Formats: sequence, C-alpha cells, structure tokens
Amino acid sequence: MIERRSLATFGMMLVLSMAFAASPARAERLIASVSNHRVTVTPNYSGEELVLFGSVEKDATTPASRTSYDLVVSVIGPRADMVTRRKERKFGIWINTDYREFLKVPTYLALFSNRPFDAIASPEVQRRQQLGLNNVLLTQRVGTDYADVVPNDPFRSAFVRLRAEHGLYREETSAVTFLTPTLFRTGIPLPGEVPIGTYEVDIKLFSDGALITRTETAFDIVKVGFEQFVATNARQNGFTYGLVVAFMALMTGWMASIVFRKD
Amino acid sequence: MQLYLPIADIPVNIFLILAMGAAVGFVSGMFGIGGGFLMTPLLIFIGIAPAVAVASVASHIAASSFSGAISYWRRRAIDPALALVLLSGGTIGTALGVWTFTLLRSLGQLDLMIALSYVVLLTAVGGLMFWEGLRSILRVRRGVVIPLRRSGSHGWIHGLPLKMRFKRSKIYLSVIPVVAVGLVIGFIGAVMGIGGGFILIPIMIYLLRVPTSTVIGTSMVLTLVTMVFATMLHAVTNHLVDAVLALILMVGGVTGAQFGARAGQKIRGEHLRLLLGLLILAVGIRFAIELVIRPDDLFIIRETGGNG
Repeated sequence: MIERRSLATFGMMLVLSMAFAASPARAERLIASVSNHRVTVTPNYSGEELVLFGSVEKDATTPASRTSYDLVVSVIGPRADMVTRRKERKFGIWINTDYREFLKVPTYLALFSNRPFDAIASPEVQRRQQLGLNNVLLTQRVGTDYADVVPNDPFRSAFVRLRAEHGLYREETSAVTFLTPTLFRTGIPLPGEVPIGTYEVDIKLFSDGALITRTETAFDIVKVGFEQFVATNARQNGFTYGLVVAFMALMTGWMASIVFRKD
Repeated sequence: MQLYLPIADIPVNIFLILAMGAAVGFVSGMFGIGGGFLMTPLLIFIGIAPAVAVASVASHIAASSFSGAISYWRRRAIDPALALVLLSGGTIGTALGVWTFTLLRSLGQLDLMIALSYVVLLTAVGGLMFWEGLRSILRVRRGVVIPLRRSGSHGWIHGLPLKMRFKRSKIYLSVIPVVAVGLVIGFIGAVMGIGGGFILIPIMIYLLRVPTSTVIGTSMVLTLVTMVFATMLHAVTNHLVDAVLALILMVGGVTGAQFGARAGQKIRGEHLRLLLGLLILAVGIRFAIELVIRPDDLFIIRETGGNG
C-alpha cells in the first residue's frame, strides 16, 4: 500500500501512473522464468512441482513511492472441449440427463497470487483480468450461443469443483511469495494425471488495484521415449498397434502355459 | 512402484495392477471364465476411464483364455467344429458390439449402458447359477443323482434345420442357435468389456446340451478369438487400448489363472457353481445399488475432444 503523505501528491502520482500505464515504455518490467521448460513424462512420472521465479525491475520512471506490488500468476494448460453431465433420478435409477458443453476450456488451470484477489483489485478489475476461478472465462455452448455463465451456475461450479478435486484446477491466494519487495517465487504443482501439452504462464503485476504490466512464459509437458512411442502408435497406426497387443496377449498366454506346464 | 500409463494418461501402482490381475486370474482359472466382469469394474474403480478399461481388458482376457485354451487342447477338451460355428456368429457380434460402443460413447450414455447391462446380466445369470448350484447340493445331500445332460430330451432347439454333427462333443445340432449364441456373446463382450464366458457356459450346457467335457475348452476358444478381434477393433476405431496396462494385467492374470485352475479342481462341481453364482450375483447387486442409491456426486466431466 502507498503511504499517503498528502492528498495532493497522491493525486499527482495517480495521474502519473495512469499516464505511464498507457505508454508503451512502462515503469516496471517483469522478468520471470520457470525451473523447467520441458517436463518429460517417463514411466515413473507421478507428478512434479515446477518453480516459477522472477523479479520486478524498476527503472527511472518508476514512481519512487511505489514500493509494494501484487502478483497474479495464471498457469493455463492445453485447452479441450469437455462436457459436464448431471445425474437425475428417472424410473428409480440415477442416469445422466442434462449436460453442458464447455468449449476450449483449460484442462489445467492454476491461479496463484500473493494475497486474496479482493485485496488486490476491485471486482470490476478482477472480472476484466479474469482473477480467480469465479472470473475465469469458461465458454459454454448454450443452445446455439456461446457464453460464460454466472459463477454460481450449477454446471459451472460442478465443473470447477470436480477439476479442483483432481488438483487440475486450483486457486491459492497465498502461493506467491515475495522474497524481497521485488523478487518473487511460486510453486506450480502438477499432479500425475496432468494433461500433456503446452502450458502458458501469464504473470500480471498489480499495484494500487491496477494492472501495471504483464509477461508471459510457457512450458511443455511431453511424453518421451517409450510413452511417446506407444501413444503415437496407438493413435496413428491403430491396426499395427492392435496386432502387436493381440500378439503380446497370445505370447503371454503361451508363455504361461509353458512355464506352468505340470508334466 | 508408480508407473505412468501412456494411453490412460495416469500413473498407477504397478503392484496394485499386478495383484488385481492375479486375483481376477485366480477366479477365472478356478471357474473357467475370462473374469472381465470383475476386471473392468476394478479398473474403473481405481480411476481408469471406462472406455480405456473396456478396451484394455479385452486383450487381458485374450491372454488368459489363450493359456487356458492351450491346456484344454492338450487334453482334447475342445470341439473345433463347434468352436468354428460359434465363432462365425461371434465375429459379427463383436463388430456390432464395438460399433455400438462407439455410438454410445458419443451419446454420453456409455456408463449407464455398461452399468445397466451389468446389473441385468449379472444378477440374472448369478441368481440362476446360485439357485442351480444350491439345488444340486441339496440333491446330492439327499442322495439323488441327476445327470446334467438328460439324453433323449429334445427341446425346440433340436427341431431347427441345418443340423450338423459335432464329433468331439458327440452332439447333433442345428447351426442356427449356435451362430446366434456366438453373436450375442460377441456383442455383449465388446460392449461390456467382458469375455462372456460366464454367460456362454450355462447357455452351452443348458440350452445347446454340450457335454461338460468340452464346454469350458470350447468356450475359451470363442472368448479368445472374440477378444483378439475386440482388441483389434478397439485399437483401430477408438485408439484406447493401453498396451502397458494390458501387459501388466496379462502377466498377473495368466499367473493367477494357473493357481486358480488347480484350486478349482479340488472343489466339487456344484460347489463351484454355487460359488461362481454368488460372486456374479454380488457384482451385479453392487452395480444395482450404485444405480439406485443417490450418487455422492451428481456431476461428471468427460473430455469430448478439442486439441487437448
């Protein structure tokens, strides 16, 4: 927070900071990197935790009194279409009845900040900058229309809750720590069932409830070696793959009958 | 030890999967069935997507039935002619089954269909088997001996045309019901991810009057071929066969099956039927309860595609 020496300087600074925010040469620069840009999925892969670290670089144009920053990190996994179904009791049994399609939504989504989003920015800014799981845009197909719905929509909240139960959607408002006023770090936990693909990391710097600057980085989760070989062949050479699996089954069965032959 | 499954896309404990394979293999060796009706639900329970579970279990059943079929072949307990006729129906049934599976998956009712067919089939077959086993145990207690195969008693099935002589089974039977049975079993197997042995064996004994000496061996051949075929079709159409998962299940399964077969020989036939009936019934009831009782979570998420 800003020390308000007087109303006049505060007002002047607000004008100044707005002017700087609008100009391409920003007062602060964000530098960030993740500990590993290529996470490889090997046979013993069971999740991993990456570390994102970075610093806020000030330059001559930075208002001298601006000392405290807020940081919001969004990690957005590969996007996919998903469908959420709701069970209802029909004819005495529970069956899937109603459903909603979520289009091109992140398969993994982590939102980290150094303090609660309400303390960082106003509800309006939170909505515009998609701060928090309630404000992230999750496009649904509603009839012929595409739109996000209110956060307390039963399908939307069930979707977010189920993803969160698997550790695939997470929101932690104390995950980002400032080691010094300008040096920050946060962990990015990736559970074992995390989807394969490219992950975008969007880092937003706030001060006084306004976005000052942002930067982006990314990392990939890739299958390598055997995992990649199997997955690629299953998709591209289905016939050969099936033959190999069937042959493997016959061999295993045959081996067993030899090994355990009683005579 | 954790192992990452390349198609199911989740890490699993390799020893847990091995143990599951061995346990199901034991049961399947003991009763001469594939055991898919136990394996598929178990895999779904540990978090593997139902579609991947069904597709991968097919190859697991192929392995255990092949090892079984080899030992039955050595004992000349397989009727090749009967197996071939059953297969002609089984192949068509499997193709229809995989096609239906793909269709149901796109409609989002696959889970319900699998659950419903488990309930209906398992409770019916399990109940019948249990009842029959109980009756024969009581009969044995009372000292009455009734052979399973009553020679000379002909049902409507024996009045059908296109009769054929099945030498090793020593039966003279129309091919129509045999092809039909193969078709139904192939279809059920592909949709539900089961070999169908537990349905096929009673049908062959009670409906087609195949002697018990060739029933299990012949049913294993049918299971083997339909499951190899199902593996191929699932691999080509749905790309969901997890080779790593399948291999672990196979290794566990064939090992367990050998011990199961030995244990099975020590138990009397009617007790075996009673036990199997109970087991099938229990799984069926479990599925029924799941359908009737309000689920913990009314919502589920499924990925439908996109670039994920």
